[in-house]
Amino acid sequence: MNFFKRTVPLFIAFTMGVMMAFQYYVPHEMSQSLLKIVSRWGITIGGFAVFLGAYSLFHLHLTKIKRKLSGWGYSIFVFFGAGITIIFGLYNGGEFFWNDKQEGTMFEWIYFNVQVPAGATMFSILAFFMASAAYRTFKARTNEATILLIAAIIVMLGRVPIGTMISQYIPVAADWIMSVPNMAAKRGILIGVSIGAIATSLKIIFGIERAYLGGGD
Amino acid sequence: MYKIFSTVISIILVFSYAGQISGADQKIIISPTDFEAFDTPSDDGTSVSLRWPSSPSESPDAEYVVYVSENRNGPFVTEVLRINSQTMYEDNSHSQFHYVEVNPGKILSRKGERKNNRKEKEEHFFKLVLMSGSSTVETKNIASAFSRGDWFDWKKLNNFVLMISFVVLVLFFLNHAKKSPNLFIRKINGLDAIDEALGRATEMGKPALFVHGLNGMGSISTIAAVNILGRIAYRIAEYDTTLKVSNIDPIVMSVSQEVVKESYLEAGRPDAYVQDNIFLAASEQFPYVAAVSGIMVREKPATNFFMGYFYAESLILTETGANTGAIQIAATDSYTQLPFFITTCDYTLIGEELYAASAYLSREPLLLGSLRAQDVGKGVLIAALVIGTILVTCGIGFVRYLFMAG
Repeated sequence: MNFFKRTVPLFIAFTMGVMMAFQYYVPHEMSQSLLKIVSRWGITIGGFAVFLGAYSLFHLHLTKIKRKLSGWGYSIFVFFGAGITIIFGLYNGGEFFWNDKQEGTMFEWIYFNVQVPAGATMFSILAFFMASAAYRTFKARTNEATILLIAAIIVMLGRVPIGTMISQYIPVAADWIMSVPNMAAKRGILIGVSIGAIATSLKIIFGIERAYLGGGD
Repeated sequence: MYKIFSTVISIILVFSYAGQISGADQKIIISPTDFEAFDTPSDDGTSVSLRWPSSPSESPDAEYVVYVSENRNGPFVTEVLRINSQTMYEDNSHSQFHYVEVNPGKILSRKGERKNNRKEKEEHFFKLVLMSGSSTVETKNIASAFSRGDWFDWKKLNNFVLMISFVVLVLFFLNHAKKSPNLFIRKINGLDAIDEALGRATEMGKPALFVHGLNGMGSISTIAAVNILGRIAYRIAEYDTTLKVSNIDPIVMSVSQEVVKESYLEAGRPDAYVQDNIFLAASEQFPYVAAVSGIMVREKPATNFFMGYFYAESLILTETGANTGAIQIAATDSYTQLPFFITTCDYTLIGEELYAASAYLSREPLLLGSLRAQDVGKGVLIAALVIGTILVTCGIGFVRYLFMAG
């Protein structure tokens, strides 16, 4: 059992990890084909995993409804929304799911008139949350918060016409903040992230990091 | 007499005007003196490079046209390239040479003129024509080249050397860590706070919520997040608290279920594992935000972990969590979202700290060894940046090519 749960996954991780690391340096057609095949594997596995996800979602909400857990009423909407979408998706505008996807179907109508506006509504909440988060952060209680506050005011003023009306130097200062200290910090983080990502990849390839297999050893 | 005279004058005028038109249209143009074709270096074997010196007759109206054939004797009817004569100059040639990469196999296949599907060691013949108005002139030579796939991209040699050097460095420090396991590692407050946060959840009798980022298992930040999840699940099992893990990707969900299950087993609490607590919240960005925010508001978890790669949803999630009064610990390598996490979370692991978390929590010598290698790698890069800046400032420019992306 340990062979299938530990040795085989570690062997696959090592083989594929080394192969795909070297694939990056090989431009030959065979190498490009290998990349395409491996990418297709990923898409295929992802396709099958959707069933696992759907099972998890429905099982969770069914249990909530059965046990009348907190917020169980919302779970009814999960089945209602999913059921309607699945029915119209399979119906495919009268052509049924075994034919090519049709244009202008009820399935598309639900997507463009329910899901997209609902998503946009969630996204628009971001503006209000940004204001409340900014208020909390910009209360200049420490030296760092004061620097952040001053930098933020300069950058915000530098991005709107009123900044230029106050002083022509404000947009210049805003650009300097964005292109020098901000860029330097960003690049510093990126260098650290890149090195950390490579080191983590190596730990996985060489089987040193095994936590993703479950358990510590 | 007058009629004859006027007719003669008209004929002369008409002919002279026609001569002017013909002269303007049929102006003399000079062809490029040379034309060469060669296999494009470091490619997959589909591309051929064409290079020729600029002609004195180049103008905004003039065009270069290259025809391709599978035979030296033609026919040259299939266009593989048509460009304005004053474009596509070779880099650093100061407009003296043109350089273009073309894919003749693809064009011949598209036109149905290819004999078979062979791609390797295929010879193509090219004819260069300069066109200006109705005048055309072609180069004397027919250029030919084989297109071959290369087994190493020499433009990435510097990257390859750096990669091998870093691998050697990591392996050296892993070996070193075996001999001296007590490596120093700096304090990371966010990770030290995990125990405190889980203790609070236990005391309050409320769950801890682990929120994965939006990326799938192909992302290294998601793998790092799953590694941390395993460590957190182990402690949760020890504390006998509830852990909820929300996922946006079914594969990440399956892996998370296995990781948490194994951690509960390892902690000796397999009975406490509930599969429904590691669930798929939604499969799209904003439905995911709505679902996770709903859980936060209804169940009021005492502790929220945000680990992985996040996008625009980060602030909505963390601000909702902050409003419910939860202790929040975030870890991400998404630098665009870092300000939002720093603003709204109690602790934030910045960038590579996400990758270091698993080693920090486990204190395994081998994992700590890789952290030392990362620090040395960063030290080398900082030294290269400083020395490189000094050298380039002093006019020694070759150093910039050492780190140039291929």
